[in-house]
Amino acid sequence: MKTKIFPIFLIFTFSIIFFVFYKGLQNTNVYTPTIKSEIKIPNFDAKEFFSKDKINSDQIFIGSDYYLLNIWASWCVPCKEEHKYLMDLSKKENIKIIGQNYKDNFENAKNFLINLDNPYDLIFLDNDGTIAIEWGAYGVPETFLIQNNKIIKKIIGPLNEKLLFEIKELTQ
Amino acid sequence: MNILKFLVSLIFLIYCFSSDLKAKNLEIEITKNLRCLICQGQSVYDSDSEFANSLKILVEKKLNEGLDEKQIYDYLKNKYGDWILYDPGFSKNTYFLWVLPILMFVFGGAIILKKVILNKKKL
Repeated sequence: MKTKIFPIFLIFTFSIIFFVFYKGLQNTNVYTPTIKSEIKIPNFDAKEFFSKDKINSDQIFIGSDYYLLNIWASWCVPCKEEHKYLMDLSKKENIKIIGQNYKDNFENAKNFLINLDNPYDLIFLDNDGTIAIEWGAYGVPETFLIQNNKIIKKIIGPLNEKLLFEIKELTQ
Repeated sequence: MNILKFLVSLIFLIYCFSSDLKAKNLEIEITKNLRCLICQGQSVYDSDSEFANSLKILVEKKLNEGLDEKQIYDYLKNKYGDWILYDPGFSKNTYFLWVLPILMFVFGGAIILKKVILNKKKL
């Protein structure tokens, strides 16, 4: 009896350890927590990009079917890559694109918009990055699709052909 | 006389900063328990990434608004999930994590007990 229980226990323990680590092998190193969809948008105060007027989020997300909040910065290289997709989406009538200028220099940001064109209906400033945290964002670029004051899709990283198609499908 | 003046001003300064320091300590304690989601393996306190720096500012802001430690954790958990905390609470996602050491303890204890009893029987 004594001799039997120990090897069984050992095998059992190691098979559990093996299973856990083997499972872990397939996961990526960078873990992104699962996104709870249908989160209500946060309430915050911000400054408008050009006029520097104070605006509340309630004044921003009002009157359109869909909103696309895009967190961007002129120093962010992937933001340049996704810019053409935002330009494409800005042609759509039922979707308003809101820009959140993340930790940026005003002159650089302005030049970015002059050089590449401005897809945004409205831009507000997020100089210390705290508004990005209100959104549950990690950095730039990040995009949120909003309907009825709820986040229906969250995209971490730059937009691409496939995501553009998905957004268009969702906002039909 | 000079020494006295110096001491008085020193005490005054310490008094002024002590309350400030307390708040700073709490902020450090909180940020040490937050995982930097960009630079994984580092706490927000240790990291100097944009994300971590913003979080530090936010924690300070929330403390000034009068939120306590638990409220700040709840607030961030709501935004980023349990993963942001180094010390996650007990929920259906984490119960295995919390119960595993206890299970191991019980199993180990049972084995030892069995051995002891068997040894005694032999004697």
